Amino acid sequence: MKRDAPEATTRPLAAIMFRLPLMIDCATFEKFIMDYLEGTLPKRQKFVFDLHLRLCRECRIYLAEYKAAIELAASQQDVPFSKLNVGDVPEDLIKAIIAAQAK
Amino acid sequence: MNKVRADSEIAGKFGLSDVSVFVRAHTDWMLAVSYRILQDRGHAEDAVQTAFSKIFAKIGDFEERSDIKSWMHRIVINEALMALRKIKRLQEDPIEDLLPVFDTAGCRIEYGQEPTETPEMLLANAQTHQTIRSAIMDLPDDYRIVLCLRDIEGLTTKEASDFLGISEANVKVRLHRARAALKKLLEPLVKDKLL
Repeated sequence: MKRDAPEATTRPLAAIMFRLPLMIDCATFEKFIMDYLEGTLPKRQKFVFDLHLRLCRECRIYLAEYKAAIELAASQQDVPFSKLNVGDVPEDLIKAIIAAQAK
Repeated sequence: MNKVRADSEIAGKFGLSDVSVFVRAHTDWMLAVSYRILQDRGHAEDAVQTAFSKIFAKIGDFEERSDIKSWMHRIVINEALMALRKIKRLQEDPIEDLLPVFDTAGCRIEYGQEPTETPEMLLANAQTHQTIRSAIMDLPDDYRIVLCLRDIEGLTTKEASDFLGISEANVKVRLHRARAALKKLLEPLVKDKLL
């Protein structure tokens, strides 16, 4: 179930600031994140993204943790099965693979 | 050169002449890839066994200019995904509760401080790895798989799109949501370190 957003703004000053020229709100910032991280954001959008990032503490926290989550996920890349805490590589499996190839 | 001789030469070059050594050298990481996708030990083992049979059968098609481990990596991913499709239909489980929240003015609602510890610092603790794995397992399957292929297995958006049979735009949408949800699930780990 989707969580309900608060009815009134929780950050009235930010809400006014984000309506100024060259400013975007946090919801728009969110939509730009993927392209920003892939370096494919057009120049103007990158400018407004960076500007928002400088002025919005909440988005700075969010992006820092978002990037940390990517890095933490990537840390699992080279973890072999024997280090996943689900048991050793079964010898039976290795023997079965070798036996199948010998046929 | 006939095909049997060509296969034999390629096989010898990459260690296939000693099947036992070859299988032992590659089973551990292949099983890890398969397990990350299937989240089930038995099914993961079956997928690896099938992957090896395809590797041996197709070794003659392997292009020597590419890396054999990358080639095998794609084969085991494919087998694991095929197994996943067989054992359960990927369901569009709700993920909304883990996505960021904005107020009516489009302002983000986010609490806490900017992280002071880097992922490297967090990863120095062995328990962190288990916490990450548990968080990834908690993601709905259709998001978990995209995150797994892109951020763990290192595939491109195009490759993930081809494997999953969905558009690249859809891969990007799912990946962004998966990352946002993972960030939410890892908040206790990241924020605890700030105390």
